[in-house]
Amino acid sequence: MNLWTDPIGVIAGWLGGLLAAWSVPAWLAGFALQLIGVVVLVSLMMIIDILLVWVERKVVARFQDRLGPNRVGPFGLIQPFADIVKLLIKEDITPNGADRVVYNLAPILSLMSVLLLWAIVPIAPKIFGVDLNVGALYIIAAGAIGTLSIIMAGWASNNKYALIGAFRQVAVLVSFEVPMIATMLVPTVLAGSMGMNAIVQAQNVWYVFTSPLAALIFIVAAIAELGRAPFDLNEAESEIVAGFHIEYTGMKFGLFYAGELLHAFTFGGFWAILFFGGYRLFGLERLGPLVAAAILMAKALFGYWVIMWVRYTVMRVRIDHMLALNWKFLTPLAFAVLLLTAILHTLLRGTSAAVYGACMLFANLALGAIALEIVRDFTKRQRTRTDGAAAAAATAAGR
Amino acid sequence: MVAAQVIFLAVGLIVLGSAVMVVTTRSLIHAALWLVVTLFGVAALYAILNAGFLAIVQVVIYIGAIAILFIFAVMLTRKDLRDRGAQQNPGWWLGAVVAVLSFAGLLTVMRGWEGFSAVPANTPAGFDAVAALGNALVQPDAFVLPFEVASLLLLAALVGAVYIAFTRK
Repeated sequence: MNLWTDPIGVIAGWLGGLLAAWSVPAWLAGFALQLIGVVVLVSLMMIIDILLVWVERKVVARFQDRLGPNRVGPFGLIQPFADIVKLLIKEDITPNGADRVVYNLAPILSLMSVLLLWAIVPIAPKIFGVDLNVGALYIIAAGAIGTLSIIMAGWASNNKYALIGAFRQVAVLVSFEVPMIATMLVPTVLAGSMGMNAIVQAQNVWYVFTSPLAALIFIVAAIAELGRAPFDLNEAESEIVAGFHIEYTGMKFGLFYAGELLHAFTFGGFWAILFFGGYRLFGLERLGPLVAAAILMAKALFGYWVIMWVRYTVMRVRIDHMLALNWKFLTPLAFAVLLLTAILHTLLRGTSAAVYGACMLFANLALGAIALEIVRDFTKRQRTRTDGAAAAAATAAGR
Repeated sequence: MVAAQVIFLAVGLIVLGSAVMVVTTRSLIHAALWLVVTLFGVAALYAILNAGFLAIVQVVIYIGAIAILFIFAVMLTRKDLRDRGAQQNPGWWLGAVVAVLSFAGLLTVMRGWEGFSAVPANTPAGFDAVAALGNALVQPDAFVLPFEVASLLLLAALVGAVYIAFTRK
């Protein structure tokens, strides 16, 4: 056991020995070690979060054919720190009639719900907060706290725009949770476990190849859960100014903003864990935990980039379209994928990996084609109906 | 007193205190938010008992869905969300009497119970509680019938809700 193969174990062992030498009782030493682990993980995430501000602004600039931050430091790298100083020294305003406690609690809960997610992320084979055997459900549970924080912010701000934004966001979150759970059950069925580490270990073939449909539905539902464009109805600037965080200033707004960016990055990470093999990449992860962590971070950044790519190229969807997309298309499709995966997984048990993978991939593609065909047929019929009605109205008006 | 008991007592106090706040606070939204604290405390109790699955489901269902629905219903039915009106339920003292009586009844029944000082036993190594629960739910000699009946009931509720909300074109 050395520092390269098991860095956390070596450091924990050294610290534990140090505490024992200071004759600290064992339970207190264990508690202190856990606490240090949590603080280190959270600090690491917050530091990554600061850099994500820069990444997001640079990438959006690229998509919109601009340069992005480029004045402060090399490539504008110091810009986020300047932003933080600005946010910290801004006046902190609490609106009249706001519910003070709830108002101040909301941004904290918002960021907390994201940081909670990192407790179950397997950063490397042996580096994780806790290997929960109900990991997939834990993601949804943490999301529930995020929903609660948004509705608290919207209500406590005593502002109509904030309330409308919160209403919209809750409608979206509650409905997009359904296809999300269903698609998270697909890797669960394939791996035979809900634990994130077990799912990663089971991916000799990335699940994006055995179940591309589930991966696609998951990222769509994730974008909706994040409340980002094209599903950013909760803060649609042109309609409700800034939605639920309209009244927040300074660092309280900063907490919402940081939470949103880290949430996007985190869901990129979960996309990587559930469908892209997590920290695994052609056996490279066996070189050492730090390599594995780097692989996971790179994959999470890829997922984050996809989310940004969608955000800055697709325009906002109307809320009824969005809910119709969810309930009439994504939810049935997600359950169909789940059923198909479960049945095929049982039928194909014992066949060779090639046959298994080919059958799974083909079944997914066929199901996707059928779903698209049904939707095309439906819209065609609807179009002829509305066109016919419009033509009839035109002739009636012409007479 | 071991650490588990201290944590249990602290969580129990939080649950009871926030439950009292739910029924005494005047603002309906505050009552709903205190209810969230109560439900979270119950989830923590499950976690202390090594029932991680139940704890997570408690948060997903009760906080993620039911508490949010409560808040939604309050927001949609009240004109002024900051209302701090007088006590609306004239029979509140009846509820208080029933609550006190049932607590006293439980206390007398469970007076001789040694579970108060018990510490949760550690589950044997390699025991997968989620797998055991899942198997129990689909085994004919275990809980498959209640499980299916509950699913059918939920499905009927779902169909009924769709029927009520459906507008014929």
